[in-house]
Amino acid sequence: MHSFGYRANALLTFAVTILAFICAIASFSDNFSKQTPSAQIQLFRSLILLDSDVCGGKPVKILNINWFQKQPHGNDEVSLTLNITADLQSLYTWNTKQVFAFVAAEYETSKNSLNQVSLWDAIIPEKEHAKFWIQISNKYRFIDQGHNLRGKDFNLTLHWHVMPKTGKMFADKIVMSGYRLPDAYR
Amino acid sequence: MDWQGQKLVEQLMQILLVISGVVAVAVGYATESFRTMMLIYAAGAVLATLITVPNWPFYNRHPLKWLDPSEAEKHPKPQVVVSSKKKFSKR
Repeated sequence: MHSFGYRANALLTFAVTILAFICAIASFSDNFSKQTPSAQIQLFRSLILLDSDVCGGKPVKILNINWFQKQPHGNDEVSLTLNITADLQSLYTWNTKQVFAFVAAEYETSKNSLNQVSLWDAIIPEKEHAKFWIQISNKYRFIDQGHNLRGKDFNLTLHWHVMPKTGKMFADKIVMSGYRLPDAYR
Repeated sequence: MDWQGQKLVEQLMQILLVISGVVAVAVGYATESFRTMMLIYAAGAVLATLITVPNWPFYNRHPLKWLDPSEAEKHPKPQVVVSSKKKFSKR
């Protein structure tokens, strides 16, 4: 501590070490927040041969299946209109930079035990925008590896990643089941 | 800066930085604001820099007592004697 440079160096090093501790504590405090997110995804029943009794009691409903075709190369493709209602506000803490949410369709085929196709995603930087209602057709194409989609039962899962300002990222999901594709192309 | 001053500076620096860190986390968590935490810590770090890095006079209250030059002349430095018997020779 005998010279200016020595003291300045010692102070800078110690200050950065304490800064690292502060950020670790901030990240650790995220474990104590209570999270109660909720979501619903709806599809219309009017145009599809859905089992209306099955879907009636469940919170998840598919809005509309726009078209369902077989591509020239042989893969099935579906276009859906989704009505997504979600309240992710309780996920936000003081250490949250943004929440990345996406909806994926999950189903099983003879070739793959789990297929996950991402249909829509969004980056939500502010807590106020995390409670939303949106009606859109799927942002990304729902294409199967093969032609297994006729009459297929599938789940729509809302995944989210809570991205922090410093530290650990938390990810979780809500699985909504009970959706079914038509038995024939249209 | 003298020895006592250096010890004081080291202690002050550590205490000031740790306290700013603790206060920053506490206030930031209570106000749910990450920005507040960073600002308080930055202010604390700047304060610690201003207090400990420059060579303030109050760090020099126990100055070292160097030997007076007139005293030093009375006691000349001992000379190193090189003896010829101790010459190292190869055979």
